[in-house]
Amino acid sequence: MEFLSYLISGISLGSIYAIIALGYTMVYGIAKMLNFAHGDIIMIGGYVSFCSMYYLNLPPIVATLLAVIACTVLGIVIERLAYAPLRSAPSLAVLITAIGVSYFLQNSALLIWKAAAKTYPPVVAGAVQLFNGQLTISYISLLTIAACIVIMLALTTFVSKSKMGKAMRACSEDKGAAQLMGINVNSTISATFAIGSALAAIAGVLLCSFNTSLMPTTGSMPGIKAFTAAVFGGIGSIPGAFLGGLLLGIIEALAKAYISTQLANSIVFAVLIVVLLVKPAGLLGKIVPEKV
Amino acid sequence: MKKKLLAFVMAATMVFSLAACGSSSSNDSSSSSDSSDSDSAQSGDEVQTFKLGSIGPLTGDNAIYGQAVVYGAQLAVDEINASDSKIKFEFKGEDDEADGEKSTNAYNKLMDWGMQVLVGPTTTGASMAVADVCNSERTFMITPSASAVDVTAGKDNVFQVCFTDPNQGISSADYIAENMPDAKIAVLYRNDDAYSQGIHDTFVKEATEKGMSVVYEGTFTNDTATDFSVQLSGAQSNGADLVFMPIYYQPASIVLAQAKAMGYAPTFFGVDGMDGILTMEGFDPSLAEGLMLLTPFSATVPETQSFVEAYTAANDGVTPNQFAADAYDGVYIVKEALEKAGCTADMSSADICEALVAQMTQISYSGLTGKDMTWNAEGQVSKAPTAYVIKGGEYVLPEA
Amino acid sequence: MKQRKISKTNVVNFSTYLGMVIFFLVMTALSKAGVLNRSMTGLLVPICCYMSMAVSLNLTVGILGELSLGHAGFMSVGAFAGVIASQSLLDVVPSAGLRLTIAMIVGALFATVAGFIVGAPVLRLQGDYLAIVTLAFGEIIKELVTCLIVGHDENGLHILFNLTGNKTVEDLGLSDTGIAIIKGAQGTASVKTIASFTAGFILVMVTLFIVLNLKHSRAGRAIMALRDNRIATSSIGINTTKYKLMAFVTSAALAGAAGALYGLNYSSLQAAKFNFNTSILVLVFVVLGGLGNIWGSLVAAAALTILPEALREFADYRMLVYAIVLILVMLATHNPTLQSFFARLKPGKKEEKEAA
Repeated sequence: MEFLSYLISGISLGSIYAIIALGYTMVYGIAKMLNFAHGDIIMIGGYVSFCSMYYLNLPPIVATLLAVIACTVLGIVIERLAYAPLRSAPSLAVLITAIGVSYFLQNSALLIWKAAAKTYPPVVAGAVQLFNGQLTISYISLLTIAACIVIMLALTTFVSKSKMGKAMRACSEDKGAAQLMGINVNSTISATFAIGSALAAIAGVLLCSFNTSLMPTTGSMPGIKAFTAAVFGGIGSIPGAFLGGLLLGIIEALAKAYISTQLANSIVFAVLIVVLLVKPAGLLGKIVPEKV
Repeated sequence: MKKKLLAFVMAATMVFSLAACGSSSSNDSSSSSDSSDSDSAQSGDEVQTFKLGSIGPLTGDNAIYGQAVVYGAQLAVDEINASDSKIKFEFKGEDDEADGEKSTNAYNKLMDWGMQVLVGPTTTGASMAVADVCNSERTFMITPSASAVDVTAGKDNVFQVCFTDPNQGISSADYIAENMPDAKIAVLYRNDDAYSQGIHDTFVKEATEKGMSVVYEGTFTNDTATDFSVQLSGAQSNGADLVFMPIYYQPASIVLAQAKAMGYAPTFFGVDGMDGILTMEGFDPSLAEGLMLLTPFSATVPETQSFVEAYTAANDGVTPNQFAADAYDGVYIVKEALEKAGCTADMSSADICEALVAQMTQISYSGLTGKDMTWNAEGQVSKAPTAYVIKGGEYVLPEA
Repeated sequence: MKQRKISKTNVVNFSTYLGMVIFFLVMTALSKAGVLNRSMTGLLVPICCYMSMAVSLNLTVGILGELSLGHAGFMSVGAFAGVIASQSLLDVVPSAGLRLTIAMIVGALFATVAGFIVGAPVLRLQGDYLAIVTLAFGEIIKELVTCLIVGHDENGLHILFNLTGNKTVEDLGLSDTGIAIIKGAQGTASVKTIASFTAGFILVMVTLFIVLNLKHSRAGRAIMALRDNRIATSSIGINTTKYKLMAFVTSAALAGAAGALYGLNYSSLQAAKFNFNTSILVLVFVVLGGLGNIWGSLVAAAALTILPEALREFADYRMLVYAIVLILVMLATHNPTLQSFFARLKPGKKEEKEAA
């Protein structure tokens, strides 16, 4: 029973990582850049939804919608201003720019919303009791897990079936060839950022509900963890990000419970290293044969 | 060849810009000291204006603590300057991102500015780095909030406004032993934080000596401070009915919410870092119902109301926590010591340091964070914490 | 033709050394003359540490072409090993200079071992997968050091690994004359600070000497060939693992030495200092200075260490301004439109675009 409750807390934590990792992986797959500012977009999503709920007394669903809109716009603006001019630059240059954007967002949040942590009102409260109260699962965990599965399925369908999804896959494969086929690479990349940022906003709402707290650096550690999750599952792969996120959350929760709370992160990272040594492209990543 | 030329030009530019950087800053500091001289001249010969500095993390993860310290000190300085006191201050607070390297840089910057007394730094690690420099350069330092013993140990000119960690651990253990002798205790602490770990160590030692049962110890780190379900389950399954949390209120608020979500309701017991939990924006006070804490400062008791109001008004409605109160007290303690020692503004920081060190073990000060505070030669403060329990969103004294 | 090419490399190397010497002499002269303010004087040692960090990371990222996000981990190993060495030898080796040298060598040795442990299995990976593993390694080192409790007395070193989190310095069983060196989360305390600008200067010169010589040696050409085309390189019989490991371990060792110097510059140091952000900071130096560009790393490390201090006038807006400057600089140096714009400003300098 104890094991089950640890497992469920691991799965819900993992679902959040998975949603963030999906955003990472989308952007990476198409724009081939590590968007280190992704975690901070989550934080902005958290603040926007917090303000709409706490100051404007809007219902959680409207607050989430507002956060999604705000983050989508923010994502597109950042992409246009900071990343698009560097499209032909080496990927490391874009990486550093992303770090600059991350600092920028964190410090703007610090100035706007101040340093003091806010207590985030959970979007759904309460819990369900199972087995005569021996096992308690909070509604927010269930919501997180459900949201994660829905998002994963929707994204997979979108990418494999829709026209825009096909354009994205084409860009991911070969930008030059995609352009020759009449695909507008720039707007495809912008759309990818928009989707990634919208996911970040949803992740922000769920993450903050789960943690019940919000501060300007809220997004950075989950951001790094989700990046790890994306690589774990094979970066660029949507089911991979989902699987990686879930596994990461479960390993973290179980390591904390049965091995050491002290070294929980280390254990997660150690497992990651071992997995990558066995499968160098992550769990579901495909090894691209190199042409000589 | 042009590449090398460019290299030379860059190198040369760098060197000159550094030199320029140096000289321009020193100009700045001299001009500001000029203005301070003229200020003091205008307001009469007897008024002495000292340069007071403070350091704390104004950005990053720990910004909440550093901002509280700098704004708290600023408030005290403003009050003193507006009063008819013969001692006035010119104040500057610098950012250190809670990092020893940046803190030392901030200290150097303040010394360039002409700082005579330091009320800071805020966090323990940064304070240990700066305390060492202060000690060798003979600058008087009183830290509002760095509570580790090592901050003041072996440094005669470094003092603390807050309790030392062992002091808090022992007081808490004694209090629990006296009032709840049968409690089964779980300890939840942050093990990558000197403050939390320091209190934990002495608490467990004292509790074991008093024959109490500590049934579970759970740790977390800054990186894992968002999910406590595992630790709480551990405490619950080990039958703990009292959870001692020597941690800051921000993670504590998460612990309380998650404990409630899983239906676990022991007595939670906190230390001074817990103060502030009721003032968190969006926090549901019913979560903290029955929470006990041992703290020298409370923002919700009548004695501190004028300070709380002034601080809130000056800082966009942010309620002060104990860091702000400690820094506020720190400035007044420095003022009192300066008065007693008869220091004048033209004295060097080293001379002021010697004069203040001689005074600190003599004076007794009553402020927001304690009555009749005194200091020993080690730099540690002696004051009594008060136990509060939260009932209906307010601090009340526990029924005996 | 060949003659000219060799002399060109030599001139670049020579001017890098010379620039560093000039920097050292000017700074020393200024501080002796009392012109240099204290902020600047205080920054000299960290600048040297970061220069050395940047140059050594450039070896991995710029010359070997593998992204490493855990360089601070090696710095951490070097820093704590160096501090332990120096504090243990307080009585045996009274000379500060000698002790510092020993500490830096010990730091470098430990970092070499760490570099080997990480590098040997991991360098089979590529690109972002390697990056994430180095990141993971950096985080693991951070947590392991947080668990470490070390003390020294006349019976030698006492080391405790505090896995359960409930051990303290008292469990070390130090004698009365013993000193605690690392206290878990609290890190090192009351370290005798012996780092100096001269030592920093020597460290940077040694780092430059090692990296530049490696770069222009046979091994260095093999390493750069690896970066440019791994498959072609292995097809002509070059042992790719060996050369990758050589670059990686050398880079780790130099970071360890820089860490030791850094650790001995502050009386207190926590493992949390060497986190992901510090690794990223050093990476920023390297990318901003130009991949594979050694003097660029030096200039970028110095400039970006001074920048946040120079921005203190902005008070609350300091880090925001820093972020904006960082973004703008990246845009200005890497955007093709802006680059050609700058190139047009300087007629006849078009081929220098890359250097800018």
